[in-house]
Amino acid sequence: MKNFEFLFTAWMIVWALFFGYEITVARRITQVRQEIERLKQQLDGR
Amino acid sequence: MKARLGITIVIAALIFLAGYAALFVAPDEKTMHAVQRIFYFHLPSWIAMFSALCVVFYANIAYLITRKRKFDALGVAGVEVGVMCCTIGLITGPLWARPVWGIWWTWDARLTTTFILWILYISYLLLRGLLEDPEKKASLSAIFGIFAFLDVPLVYLSNRLWRTQHPQPVIAGGNGSGLDPLMGKVLLLCVIAVFCVMVLVFIDRYRLELLRNECDELRFEIESRSAQASSLAASFAGEVNE
Repeated sequence: MKNFEFLFTAWMIVWALFFGYEITVARRITQVRQEIERLKQQLDGR
Repeated sequence: MKARLGITIVIAALIFLAGYAALFVAPDEKTMHAVQRIFYFHLPSWIAMFSALCVVFYANIAYLITRKRKFDALGVAGVEVGVMCCTIGLITGPLWARPVWGIWWTWDARLTTTFILWILYISYLLLRGLLEDPEKKASLSAIFGIFAFLDVPLVYLSNRLWRTQHPQPVIAGGNGSGLDPLMGKVLLLCVIAVFCVMVLVFIDRYRLELLRNECDELRFEIESRSAQASSLAASFAGEVNE
């Protein structure tokens, strides 16, 4: 297949960006949830 | 949680189907051959970007009218997802252009207006990072977002209005445009797959922004309570001294 390397690179970049971004968002959600939990406990005086 | 898992599985299956169709089902293009198959993810990423930025435009106007923070959250989520889709388009485009045009990039109307669009929305995100006050941040972001959106129709129309190195539109491009029916079906499947992934990521990013707002509110409450407590302690100490 001629120029297959361009197709393969483009393919990898599309999905790497989508999944990489989704992973960072999921990680940030977990961090913020933990922070909310900590702040709630602080507010309750625990 | 179960619904979310189900949706993720369906979207993963869609991605697999779309990938298979783009690589093995779509007919080979006569002049470009394999590299033309980049089209099946290049165009859908632009469609996803335009959709995300239209939501941003709506959210920016809605924020300026209502001043509700959920619209600011929707706006920033849309910009981040839109920038990501734009980045995908800006990377896959040159990868397609190099073997076909012989160059990675050229400053024609379509590519230049798209690059400006990317810069504008990156600036939107940078601007937010520079501002501390949430009200000011949301208002200025909304105004800037509406200004940035002016480039969106320009990007869409650029290869219709001017002669560009970028090909003329193959869909809704007037006489002589159009796709092979099987290519059209594969493209539709790829558009649906990329769009679904974009929506899934968008929803998660929006949830993150809402959680951040909740976090800010809790911090504000803690700060105001501790300020109240220290003023009470100061007044009590004053009474004791008297």
